[in-house]
Amino acid sequence: MSKQILLVTPSAIVARGLEQVFRDLGEFEVCGILTDLSGGLRGWEADVVIVDPEVVDFASRSQLKVRISDSTDAAVLVLASPSLEEEVQKQFDGAIGLYDAPTTIIRKVREALEGHSDVPKSEGEGLSLREKEILICVAKGMLNKEIADLYNISIHTVITHRKNITRKTGIKTVAGLTVYALLNNLIDMNSVD
Amino acid sequence: MKMADLVNLDFTLVGVLSRMGIPFGFGDATVEEVCRRQGVHTGSFLLICSVYAFDGYRPAKEALDKADLHDIVRYLHLSHDYYIHVALKELSLALDSLMEPCGARERKVLDTFFEGYKEELLKHFAYEEETVFPHVEAVLGGNPDGFTIGEYEDNHSNIQEKIDDLKNLVMKYLPPQCDQQQIFRALFYIFTLERDLQRHTALEDDVLVTLVNRLESHE
Repeated sequence: MSKQILLVTPSAIVARGLEQVFRDLGEFEVCGILTDLSGGLRGWEADVVIVDPEVVDFASRSQLKVRISDSTDAAVLVLASPSLEEEVQKQFDGAIGLYDAPTTIIRKVREALEGHSDVPKSEGEGLSLREKEILICVAKGMLNKEIADLYNISIHTVITHRKNITRKTGIKTVAGLTVYALLNNLIDMNSVD
Repeated sequence: MKMADLVNLDFTLVGVLSRMGIPFGFGDATVEEVCRRQGVHTGSFLLICSVYAFDGYRPAKEALDKADLHDIVRYLHLSHDYYIHVALKELSLALDSLMEPCGARERKVLDTFFEGYKEELLKHFAYEEETVFPHVEAVLGGNPDGFTIGEYEDNHSNIQEKIDDLKNLVMKYLPPQCDQQQIFRALFYIFTLERDLQRHTALEDDVLVTLVNRLESHE
């Protein structure tokens, strides 16, 4: 059976185009097309998700990968565009450009699948980029409100990130998180009070 | 019950015996015989042992009736001495040798964390030694001092979180140049101290506070 691909893009042109590319070359098959993330990704048995960053507003892009990977174990590729920040793009298992040749697209999807480990999510996962950013703020002694303002996210989101940081690292106190951040070279001694 | 069988229930009882001044070499003597010989109150001793040996142990009324509050306070005090003069020192030395192969920066990071933890722990012990225990003695002597055991601010939780953090930091995140044997040694001390402190807290919350509450309500 060919590997299943789920497309998430508000653009019918992009969706139809990609679908055609995969149909022409075999190996992969588009199992569904979503125009947004409102319905979530659960229930789709996809091996690969290709997501268009346009499905979320600009400020939420840095959390797009985390949001998708929270509901699926699939490899996630992003549709690259000039406006996509490199930091955001790096979070994904791969990036496809609108001007890529069909064989390049297939190769990128293959590589994403190879590089993507399908270890269950809750075990052995490292901190996401955003979690590292928030950990750094916590280690520097910033308050939840200050962190929320800095990244233009809600306090609730900050708290959720902090819970996930503690769940992943096993470290609960601010002093302990500071040691973690220092030992992992996320901050240097000078930025600690 | 033979003393040896009791100690075999849980390894932490070795520490209880040592702190209560019960020497090893008791052969096949029963708990009662050994306690009598050493002038240790059997009811108090068994209650303390139960708290140490059984996770989540909540003493029944009969067990509390058989214990002597003086002994409980004395034991808590001896435990503080043990933590300050033995356990924390051992752990501190173990962490020092553990971090020896690391850079000055890493050494300082872990040292600062440990010193912070130690300071909190010592402050907590000092509060008990200077405020809580004298109050218990006052109540026992029939001279209420205005303090009530209900005011015994419980700041155990943060102390437990910090030693748990230390455990995870040492277990999971130390630089690769650290010596494995030294990590093992440090972890052993951390686990032992964490377990001991957890039982110490249970003894305070479930035995000390309950017994003092009783006395206070009879005043």
